[in-house]
Amino acid sequence: MTPSRLLGVGAFLLGVFVLVPLLIVLTGRWDFYYTLTSVALLSVGAAGVWLTFYIGRINIGQGAYALVGGYVSAILVTQAGFSFWATLPMAGLFSAAVSVAIGLPILRLRGVYFAMVTLVLTEVARLTALALPVTNGAKGITSIPLPGELSIFGLTVIPDFASLGNPKLAFYLMAAVLMVLTYLVLWRIVNSRLGHLCRSLQQNEELSASIGVNTAMLRVLAYAISSFFGGLAGAMFVAISQSIYPSSFVVTDSVNFMLYCFLGGLGYVFGPMLGTLLLYFGWDLLSVAREYQLLIYSGAMIALMLVLPNGVLSLLEKKGGGK
Amino acid sequence: MEQILANGLYLGAQYALIALGLTLIFSLMNVLNFAHGQMYVFGGFVTYTLVAQLGLPFIVGLIASAVVLAVMGALIEKFLFRPVIRRSKRDESTMLLAAGIAFFLDAVILLLFGEKQRGVPKIVGGVFNWDMRLIMPYDRILIGFLAISLIVGFILFMQYSRTGRAMRALAQDRVAAQLMGVDVDRYSMIGFALGAMLAGLVGGLLVTITGINLGMGGPTSVKAFMMIMIGGAGVISGAIAGGFILGMMESIGLTLLAAYGDVTYLVIFASLMVFLAIRPQGLMGKPWG
Repeated sequence: MTPSRLLGVGAFLLGVFVLVPLLIVLTGRWDFYYTLTSVALLSVGAAGVWLTFYIGRINIGQGAYALVGGYVSAILVTQAGFSFWATLPMAGLFSAAVSVAIGLPILRLRGVYFAMVTLVLTEVARLTALALPVTNGAKGITSIPLPGELSIFGLTVIPDFASLGNPKLAFYLMAAVLMVLTYLVLWRIVNSRLGHLCRSLQQNEELSASIGVNTAMLRVLAYAISSFFGGLAGAMFVAISQSIYPSSFVVTDSVNFMLYCFLGGLGYVFGPMLGTLLLYFGWDLLSVAREYQLLIYSGAMIALMLVLPNGVLSLLEKKGGGK
Repeated sequence: MEQILANGLYLGAQYALIALGLTLIFSLMNVLNFAHGQMYVFGGFVTYTLVAQLGLPFIVGLIASAVVLAVMGALIEKFLFRPVIRRSKRDESTMLLAAGIAFFLDAVILLLFGEKQRGVPKIVGGVFNWDMRLIMPYDRILIGFLAISLIVGFILFMQYSRTGRAMRALAQDRVAAQLMGVDVDRYSMIGFALGAMLAGLVGGLLVTITGINLGMGGPTSVKAFMMIMIGGAGVISGAIAGGFILGMMESIGLTLLAAYGDVTYLVIFASLMVFLAIRPQGLMGKPWG
């Protein structure tokens, strides 16, 4: 790792964990905590979508896995009495398991076909949640307790959220930690052997199969990791809102996950994070425009697409000059 | 049973017309038009404004919907899709643009027409009743026939006109068509305009029966995606087949599965997944699109 990169990572961590809370205290905009927590969690989901983009598939079904993860966590906490912290990895693993079952047939599809199937998948998840008895139908699951204490060998790692004076800050820090960990994992994956293999899938699947890459296994693996992130994000959202309904994650959310990736730039690991921040935070700031909010937001999106069709981070490339 | 089939046919004709526009745009430019449902809603509102508010005859409203949407489609292609397609590294970048346009149209519809459910008065009264076995209001029959004749007209146009031939060539192989002297830019624009026009026409037709509201755009797009998946993306016959199949499934499902609650769409989705696992390219699509 070069010193400049180390410096960048340090600055980023400093910004997320120190500067942001400091700025919020100074400006008194406590509502930003909720927005930024959402940004952090959505970018965890978007990281998953980005990974499926990385193997050359357009994934518009992340909402489905977020919903699955959310429900798994909510049901385990309310009905089986699990601690939230135990349900968090379970939610991710369950989403991943579901995605393997679904992914085996549908990952044979490519291009728009795959995109359209995953889009339909979000609808399937919503309708399933409505129809199953365990999810409590349209009424959803409400008044889920806040995450409890997490301790290892009697040492409190995370205090009980219900006893905290400022749960907003705690949620923000928790989401930010999750986001940092997710992108660390993603960065590690991309710069590993697995990442190189994924890149070969993106470029030419037949060619990479012909030189002995197990493409079928690889794409299911990437999809499962992607859905794992989706499940994590969903479970965290449920813990924060303390409720989940079949309409908690709908087609629009799935499309948004994809847009975050596009906007940030598909060629960059940190693209989805930046895209989420710009789109979600921008949307929130635009609420002052009232009825013109959507008009300005979508207009800006179109304009950005016209100016930078390869994502915001492609600006870096131009500065670097013909690499 | 007759009733179910008639309902299915009626729904299928509408659906096929929506899917036709989407598949046309997809086959010509490889663009998945997320804004298709919004274009449909926009067309419905144009007809509503002219017919219900200005008191013009229905046919004028319908033509106006077609013209407005065709112009909109042409402009969107020329000034938005064309530059982005030319400059972006991956084809999929157009999806962000399409989604942005969908949001934009939603915003425009909200500002221009409001969020209320709108409808126009019945264009023909009365109900067709065959021995209580088949009951269908006359206006639905009329709209069904209009939709079917539009589909037939569209097929004839694509099959026999010079423009239609050019567009079919473009859909088959863009580079080869260009080498044969087809003006690719011009026909892409015409194709996009035609696709948008079809969406507007369906909107204008359906506003007389189901009415129209802002929230209908997204679900309509999802349904249209399903239809072209059933039939195969980018294939005109496939879109028509997909539309009629979905219409039939919906009509049969709503009757047979009513006892089990609202599960029709869940069953349709599940069977679609199984179907696509066996035949990924749809009924008539080319393998790997």
